[in-house]
Amino acid sequence: MAQVRFDHVYKTFNKVEVVHDISIDVKDKEFLVLVGPSGCGKSTCLRMIAGLEEPTEGEIYIGDRVVNGVDPKDRDIAMVFQNYALYPHMTVFDNMAFGLKLRHFPKDQIKKRVEEAAEILGLQPFLKRKPKELSGGQRQRVALGRAIVREAQVFLMDEPLSNLDAKLRVATRAEIIKLHQRIQTTMVYVTHDQVEAMTMGDRIAVLNGGVIQQLGAPQELYDHPANIFVAGFIGSPAMNFIPGAKVGTVDGRTSVILEGIGKVEVPQIYEERARAAADRNLTFGIRPVHLEDVNLVSANSNHGDIRSAIDASVDVVENLGNELQVYLTTGGKNIVATLDPRAHVTAGNKIRLFVDSDQIHLFDTDTGEAIF
Amino acid sequence: MTTTDYQTVSIVPKAHKARKEHGQTWWAWVWVAPALILELIFYIYPLIQTIILSFQNADSSSYVGFKNYVTIFTNPTMLEVIKNNLLWLVLATLLTVGLGLIVAVLVDKVRVESVVKSALFVPMAISFVAAGVIWRFIYLYSPNGENQIGLLNAFLGLFKVQPQAWLINTSFNNLALIAVYTWMWTGFCMVIISAALKGIPEDVIEAAKIDGASNLTLFWRITVPMVQPTLGVVATTMVINVLKIFDVIYIMTGGDYKTDVVAVEFYNQLFNFSNYGLASALAILLLIVISPVMYINIRRLRAQEAER
Repeated sequence: MAQVRFDHVYKTFNKVEVVHDISIDVKDKEFLVLVGPSGCGKSTCLRMIAGLEEPTEGEIYIGDRVVNGVDPKDRDIAMVFQNYALYPHMTVFDNMAFGLKLRHFPKDQIKKRVEEAAEILGLQPFLKRKPKELSGGQRQRVALGRAIVREAQVFLMDEPLSNLDAKLRVATRAEIIKLHQRIQTTMVYVTHDQVEAMTMGDRIAVLNGGVIQQLGAPQELYDHPANIFVAGFIGSPAMNFIPGAKVGTVDGRTSVILEGIGKVEVPQIYEERARAAADRNLTFGIRPVHLEDVNLVSANSNHGDIRSAIDASVDVVENLGNELQVYLTTGGKNIVATLDPRAHVTAGNKIRLFVDSDQIHLFDTDTGEAIF
Repeated sequence: MTTTDYQTVSIVPKAHKARKEHGQTWWAWVWVAPALILELIFYIYPLIQTIILSFQNADSSSYVGFKNYVTIFTNPTMLEVIKNNLLWLVLATLLTVGLGLIVAVLVDKVRVESVVKSALFVPMAISFVAAGVIWRFIYLYSPNGENQIGLLNAFLGLFKVQPQAWLINTSFNNLALIAVYTWMWTGFCMVIISAALKGIPEDVIEAAKIDGASNLTLFWRITVPMVQPTLGVVATTMVINVLKIFDVIYIMTGGDYKTDVVAVEFYNQLFNFSNYGLASALAILLLIVISPVMYINIRRLRAQEAER
């Protein structure tokens, strides 16, 4: 059992800095997800934990030990690779047993551990097969099995699901979550898929340009993104951003005024922050699910008169049965709204959208930082 | 039947189907014919002729049955030839393939890789006759006390080592010849094995490192098994090469001083002693030994292609 710690880690390849001053504390038994677009440095971070890359500066700890310069084999870690990285000339059994054999485990114990792992992963019928005789999903399970049998202190996974088809990906995702609950090992998981990050991680570190943008629990990242990048990266469909927002007073309440689009009341707890930022360039943010057809909200009546609303024209309506995905244009900006299927929307028409003012976000356009 | 006829036939359904198939077979033979004729003239006919010659006496005037073959396996000189060929077969193959593999692995992904590879591959670009001449100078021997013009003896002289008659001393002259062959062919083996090494995915190597493999374990348990099909092809190619070895020996010793091998002996019997019978028997012997290796080689190549 071990925690993993990054202490001001930098990594440079040929004078290009790919990881910049990263400090993370991965707690014992925690499932931490590193997420970000390609080239953000997330895989490099994982490879530095594995010992496949050395940090240019800073220290990495596994447990209480600084592991800089320690060989991968001496770090007590197990890793699952994107392309499975199975040994093609070995059977499934030998693939899983290889690490134990090299560590001189007794034969009966190797057999026991491999068979246990095979049972967890449903691989018993395939133990004598070679990797090329398996499907992609089965291969990935062998790769997981190879990591499990080692009973290592830290489990590293580098986009393990990205080569699987959509259905298998969802199923394997659940398997990995179950696996983590069962074996209770510290896990560091790299992905570019924010859905994987949200569903799997105890905590998520969002990386961009080699810098941690935000580190926190999935709900925290969703509800309180630290900046425009995180706000746009987490959540699907992505948050809508409307630049050129002003903070002013309407009917005695502090509001965000969107010229020619509408106005939204600022929640009381954020009024002070909003007014303090009034003289900056501001971007207004709202998630598609926090918009609704005004008529439906009025019909519910408990909202009384609508004080937060924006006007838009409808471009495309996609009916998913349980919801409508509506693409709109407002003030020259494209936005998306996820509406109740009873909403009256037709492509080409205008619509007034109610804005759930408790869920609004305001960002400094120049720095990208969240104001609230 | 012209192409136009053929097309007309093909659009008419059932009635002409039989005629169409017949036409196809006929055309197939026409296309294959040039290759078949060449094969018959230049391969099958000489082969049969050689087999017939091998059962005849020196001037091909009468049949002698298996006498030539009996000579090959009983005459002390001939046995020496076969023994030398076996020594070549084992040592030269092991050295070229082994060194090729080791060098390929050592220089893989190293900055000087292309320089080392080019340097080792250059001997392949030299004609084997020229290489033989170059190495004769390297091995050149003058009696002790005289100036050593041979590079190797001159070099050893710096360390006060007695000059050696590398090509004449029967206790190591075969090894000296095998060294020349190794110098020429290691680069070839290395280049092909190196290409196979590039085909090993990086993450498999990394997975093995994390699994606990040392560099030596990595080499024996991951690298070698993963390039094994290529090693097989390179090794069989070398075996075929070595069985037919001629030029190096012919140029450097002419097969004297107990360095004779089958191909050189075949040449000497044919052109120096005009013993067509024995020469043909030697040629057939080589063919019989090489054929199975060739067969294995072709099968391996096919299997490799099927896997792609």
